[in-house]
Amino acid sequence: MKLSNKDILNIEDLSVDEIQLILDTAESLKEISARKIKKVPTLRGKTVINLFYEASTRTRTSFEIAGKRLSADTVNISTSTSSVAKGETLVDTAKTLESMNPDVIVIRHSASGAPHIIAGLLQQSVINAGDGKHEHPTQALLDMMTIRERRGTLAGLKVAIVGDIEHSRVARSNIHGLTKMGAQVALSGPVVMMPRHIEEMGVTVHNRMEDAIRGVDVIMMLRIQFERQGTATFPSMREYSKYYCLNGDRIGLARDDVLIMHPGPINRGIEIAPDIAYGPYSVILDQVANGVAVRMALLYLLAGGN
Amino acid sequence: MNILLKGGRVIDPSQDLDAPMDILIEGDRIARLEQRIEPAADRETVDLDGMIVSPGLIDMHTHLREPGFEYKETIRSGSEAAVAGGFTAVACMANTEPVNDNRSVTEFILKQARLADMAHVYPVAAVSRELQGERLAEFGELKDAGAVALSDDGNPVEDSGLMRRTLEYAYSLGMPVMSHCEERGLAKGGVMNEGLVSTQIGLQGIPSIAEDIMTVRDIAIAGYTNTAIHISHVSTAGSVQAVRDAKRRGINVTAETAPHYFALTDESLKGYSTDFKMYPPLRTGSDMAAIRTGLADGTIDAIASDHAPHSSIEKDVEFDYAANGIIGLETSLAVSLLLVTEGVLSLSDLIAKMSTNPAAILKIPKGTLQVGAAADITVIDTAKAWTVDRQRFRSKGRNCPFHGWQLKGKAVLTIVDGAVKYSELG
Repeated sequence: MKLSNKDILNIEDLSVDEIQLILDTAESLKEISARKIKKVPTLRGKTVINLFYEASTRTRTSFEIAGKRLSADTVNISTSTSSVAKGETLVDTAKTLESMNPDVIVIRHSASGAPHIIAGLLQQSVINAGDGKHEHPTQALLDMMTIRERRGTLAGLKVAIVGDIEHSRVARSNIHGLTKMGAQVALSGPVVMMPRHIEEMGVTVHNRMEDAIRGVDVIMMLRIQFERQGTATFPSMREYSKYYCLNGDRIGLARDDVLIMHPGPINRGIEIAPDIAYGPYSVILDQVANGVAVRMALLYLLAGGN
Repeated sequence: MNILLKGGRVIDPSQDLDAPMDILIEGDRIARLEQRIEPAADRETVDLDGMIVSPGLIDMHTHLREPGFEYKETIRSGSEAAVAGGFTAVACMANTEPVNDNRSVTEFILKQARLADMAHVYPVAAVSRELQGERLAEFGELKDAGAVALSDDGNPVEDSGLMRRTLEYAYSLGMPVMSHCEERGLAKGGVMNEGLVSTQIGLQGIPSIAEDIMTVRDIAIAGYTNTAIHISHVSTAGSVQAVRDAKRRGINVTAETAPHYFALTDESLKGYSTDFKMYPPLRTGSDMAAIRTGLADGTIDAIASDHAPHSSIEKDVEFDYAANGIIGLETSLAVSLLLVTEGVLSLSDLIAKMSTNPAAILKIPKGTLQVGAAADITVIDTAKAWTVDRQRFRSKGRNCPFHGWQLKGKAVLTIVDGAVKYSELG
């Protein structure tokens, strides 16, 4: 089986079979990262460009390591040091890069839909590494891989996603992915951070965090994104953490074997208490490790074998 | 040479006329309108069997971009697009550079229109200087210079006190005020309609109530001051309802909508194409249905394109960063004819909304085929099938959401002041 599209832009567009394929491939590639010599020749002679219009540590590094472990040549472009700083448009930058004939372009951008614009223009595969508040498909894939690794399946699980849903591309991708795979998704966050009509995406919405996390298998905490909030959305960080911080008391409402997840970077003490972030229920570092495997899988599926 | 338009079906809502009639144009005037006028040597006869003959269409809401943004459109290219779309007259908004808030800009626009010699161009002057919403422009002087109406289109007048003074003073001068209704606090940062689609595709939404609230405010001011208000490009069900209620209460309110608001919804934004980004934004299916109902029951008086050309510099970018606006002069008629095909409006009602009513709202002596009137005439072939190809537009703009649409109906002959400005007749 192969992916039906040359690009990975949205989880929304992926079929259940495609998600399974990506997760299975990621699982089989994961052991490469545990070897003494962490490299295979699969993508030798292939070029992957990481084009990041927005700050990123883990995603960019993860893509770079994923490419290198498969022997692809990876090139990182950050906008502060490129022609973008001289005013080059996204379209012109994309066409310029296309002329250098890479195989895959990975893009992160603060504007929703930016990867879609260049995917429509270029022959090459485009992977969305996060666009605005739209989607972050590789994050959802690594989240699903992490859950599946621990629970064996996604079907029938109850997952709570808590925080600033409005500004979260992680939430949107996970809503699509988890519901496609048969999990039930409950959302919670301040009503001012809950986008309109989100329940029509097949989720339940709860004002009180306690109602969302009661009896769940997984709690995903989102980073509260004050940089996207503007002003006057919510009274204060202090008030936020009083009602929406995952702490020891609240964890007791979930299942005894609950998995605690967070896409990072963490605001310690704001949405998650430090002892929880690195406590026994946390799989946050597994998520990071699986991120490399998922990205290896996508690069392999898009650029390998042709 | 005099022109005899023979054998067409003449529809002129200004005379409540819908009948096969012949029209004789002598010079720049309509000389005769009769059931049968014989060809003669002193007149060129145009056979219009099967065609609709309409008073020249009027687009009361366009942006011609000159002065200041000639790379997007000029008065010449815009008025060439107008006649190709069947419009014998257009009103152009004030957001040029410099802003049309003073006599010299108004006069410049009129001069360029005379030189282009295509459609009539009626300048709409700014309400406030530099469109800043702070100090009123000199309405009287602008009127003397040739401005027909006032609007800060694109920059809604936030200060209700200023809006009150605007309506009072403009009304005393007999100048209509065209209001772009939006409450900025609610709309801030938004790039599309707020709803399920904005949630799905992760774009910042503009709630429909941002428009509704401002429509209600402007109607309240017009009612309180016993003046008049024209609501521009109505896009929401709430706005339609507010206008309907106001008319019922006897308030002097008129309203226009644009073809995209009854032909498209926010679902079109799912591919992030900036050709669907405009201001106000495309709304939901229920808003679209309300617009259609408002057109059918007379709540909405006029259809205007809000023709807003931009170049690839503004449009070939990320959705968030793209300029608002789409072009419409060359598609407006055919897209509006869908309302006739779909039974929303009669052909006569459509012509009223695209000619007679805009003329009445702007208080210009147009929109009629009465004997003695200026010979501004649009001949429409409602059966003509064509495919929208933005590369073929006379407008410099290519930002068209209807590219590739297969439409039926087209202006095939556009006559302005008795002169043929556009013809597709063999």
